[in-house]
Amino acid sequence: MTLDSRTPSGPIEQAWDKTRFDMKLVNPANKRKHTVIVVGSGLAGASAAATLGELGYHIKCFCFQDSPRRAHSIAAQGGINAAKNYQNDGDSVYRLFYDTVKGGDFRAREANVYRLAQISVNIIDQCVAQGVPFAREYGGTLTNRSFGGAQVSRTFYARGQTGQQLLLGAYQALERQVQAGTVAMYPRTEMLDLIVIDGNARGIVTRNLITGEIDTYIADAVILASGGYGNVYYLSTNAKGSNVTASWRAHKRGAYFANPCYTQIHPTCIPVSGDYQSKLTLMSESLRNDGRIWVPQKKGDKRSPNQIPEAERDYYLERRYPSFGNLVPRDVASRNAKAVCDEGRGVGETALGVYLDFAAAIKRLGENTIRERYGNLFDMYQRITDEDPYKVPMRIYPAIHYTMGGLWVDYHLQSTIPGLFVLGEANFSDHGANRLGASALMQGLSDGYFVIPYTIGNYLASNKLAKADASHEEARNAVADVQQMTQKLLSIKGKRTVDSFHRELGKIVWDECGMSRTAQGLEKAIGQIRALREEYWQNVNVPGSGDDLNQSLEKAGRVADFFELGELMCVDALHRNESCGGHFREEYQTPDGEAQRDDENFSYVAAWKYRGLHAPEELHKEPLVFNYVHPSQRSYK
Amino acid sequence: MKLTLKIWRQKGPKDRGAFVDYAVDNVNPEMSMLECLDVLNETLIERGEEPVAFEHDCREGICGSCGFMINGVAHGPQRATTVCQLTMRHFKDGQELVIEPWRAAAFPQIKDLVVDRRAFDRIIATGGYISVSTGNAPDGNVIPVGKEIADRAMDAAACIGCGACVAACPNASAALFTGAKISHLSVLPQGVPERDHRAVNMVAQMNAESFGGCTSIGECTAVCPKEIPLEVIAIMNRDYIRGSWKKRDDVVKTIAPVTDWSSGRG
Repeated sequence: MTLDSRTPSGPIEQAWDKTRFDMKLVNPANKRKHTVIVVGSGLAGASAAATLGELGYHIKCFCFQDSPRRAHSIAAQGGINAAKNYQNDGDSVYRLFYDTVKGGDFRAREANVYRLAQISVNIIDQCVAQGVPFAREYGGTLTNRSFGGAQVSRTFYARGQTGQQLLLGAYQALERQVQAGTVAMYPRTEMLDLIVIDGNARGIVTRNLITGEIDTYIADAVILASGGYGNVYYLSTNAKGSNVTASWRAHKRGAYFANPCYTQIHPTCIPVSGDYQSKLTLMSESLRNDGRIWVPQKKGDKRSPNQIPEAERDYYLERRYPSFGNLVPRDVASRNAKAVCDEGRGVGETALGVYLDFAAAIKRLGENTIRERYGNLFDMYQRITDEDPYKVPMRIYPAIHYTMGGLWVDYHLQSTIPGLFVLGEANFSDHGANRLGASALMQGLSDGYFVIPYTIGNYLASNKLAKADASHEEARNAVADVQQMTQKLLSIKGKRTVDSFHRELGKIVWDECGMSRTAQGLEKAIGQIRALREEYWQNVNVPGSGDDLNQSLEKAGRVADFFELGELMCVDALHRNESCGGHFREEYQTPDGEAQRDDENFSYVAAWKYRGLHAPEELHKEPLVFNYVHPSQRSYK
Repeated sequence: MKLTLKIWRQKGPKDRGAFVDYAVDNVNPEMSMLECLDVLNETLIERGEEPVAFEHDCREGICGSCGFMINGVAHGPQRATTVCQLTMRHFKDGQELVIEPWRAAAFPQIKDLVVDRRAFDRIIATGGYISVSTGNAPDGNVIPVGKEIADRAMDAAACIGCGACVAACPNASAALFTGAKISHLSVLPQGVPERDHRAVNMVAQMNAESFGGCTSIGECTAVCPKEIPLEVIAIMNRDYIRGSWKKRDDVVKTIAPVTDWSSGRG
């Protein structure tokens, strides 16, 4: 199958307008005859379900949490970008487009990114109208801050809780449709398989997490908005429940998985404190504006930071990158932290941490100014670590927090299975090999509020689907598969817990397919993952039964999928013989240690086709063409 | 650290629950309350017992999934902190912690520490929004909103819907939760057109659920991890009285509370 991205021809500025005009419409009276399933209720899922409900479609929306408001979009702190140019500082749709393509290290599809930048302005308007309490100036206008290396101030925010407020806006719009009767909400219901009939996505198989019932839901189209797969690493900044299961089961039914090795590591997280650690907590990137990052020059220096004299400290970012210093991009900062820790110069109990020191800033600006700028963050740090960052340097270490890879989609956000659409972090589309700060919220809402309502209409209007119900053979097969897997997991009753496997898997993937990768390491990891997966299916212990709330069983199914995904990530990372964005292959770096792309051979999207558990996945390539932003080498020296 | 956890165990909604004592020996003061339960659960699974079911997701204090009573206090002893961010250094070696779920008729028990909080979603569904369909919005700067107003709306909007307010209230009232949403929307100019309807409908739904009434005790705000101020209840009452007077001939629409989870609902 050739990958047709359905990218419109002609000037990029008119591409989305032209596409909208060319698309077929569903007559208002016919909309209510169509049922659409939405899996996930984060920014992308809730905004899609609400908007499609408003248009009159009949929507069934599913989430595994107890309420749609819990989706992990809620944890986003920083903000949402939009090319409003309210600050009159030179921003434009074109500049946001340019920054995003370049920030993605030239591995994103230009037309998608341009559309995202265009729609960004509508998102802000919509959210303001919904009552999202964005930060304001005294005069009553919206305020902005700069973020993530952009040279303009285009980030809108609601304190440090922008994701929460945007999600509540979408959730409330969704609940309004629940009340109106257009959306039926199914909380605590997890999608476990996709039903494909005559080549089209026609429904899902779910498990009711309270009663254990396995059910079938049939529809005219299925939308996946089920988030990213950062939890493959076990320790990440993702919510504990975030998982790849919906995407992965769709992948096994024929949806190609694109660029799985593109994962983003955030440099400023609170370091791991012990084996019991269940997740990592992000500290806003803004701290690097005033904090200085350093480690001791000597290996294994156990003195407390205040006893290490200036001359024996290594401010390694300032040393290596004199012009950007502590403000190098996320991927560069993360890799350097790992390098100094690998040398044995890490700090703290575990020696996996570096100092982020505010002493110089406090001396220069005074404690009050620092408190005004970062008070909330310092409090949060103190609450978790019991250390006072005004007196002792913070300890930070990088952690996984976003995945750019995901199910392959075309310009219409349709996967390789007709009728299966993928939105938000679950798709691969807009961020290339590296996502810029404040762009994830923008993409989720763009896909849900403004793209899918058009493209799904075109799909429904262009395709005549045969009647189908739960008794269809494909539906019954999918149900049988789910039941079999559930029974299998419950019947092993081995010696190890699901978490112990997940932790071990996470460590393999983190060590070999995390911040930096080598061919040798990846090959080793593939072998280790396979061996561990085999042990998993022999030796995992899932207590309880499948007939009631069983959190171990839920985890067990998700971890089973993480094993398969983890292997594919390594395969993808191994095949991509270049470094780009979050994917750093040690063999491919410039003489001074920076990422070296190979545009001649790797300027494409790698989309993988599943061919069974024991057959290697098949690589399909979507070539990337850059007509507007010309690829260049990023330099921060 | 060694702790004794006295945890409420209940197999299902219709089963009788009871406290069970668990000795946890390897408690690190750095770990969170939920990580302490993780450690206990790993041991239980290895012993062939069922782990304690508890609700959690983001573990950053923002999703609102987690929450239970520790020694009678919702979310435990530290102010403005959910149990996922409560570290064990707040407890003493050898201490006994009594851990039980939110207790409220409107939050039916599901299993162990997990309860059903769908009543909150129904309260939002009856009016906790501004009715503006996608595509209808004017430019974001058309309606100026003063900084003080925006900040006040944000203070109320910070609610995470965890349910601690209900659990702490002797009447199991949802006034703080409902008031927070009513206040967030009614202080903003965008929310004014629907202000009366919103208050009347949301309060009617709150009453249709099994929540008790507010008698201004203030336990809710004391345990609230986001420190939602008590004034949101005053704003709710004001809007409700105003709305009921002006809209007294309107038909109020409520949603029938659902407590079962069998499929085919919705």
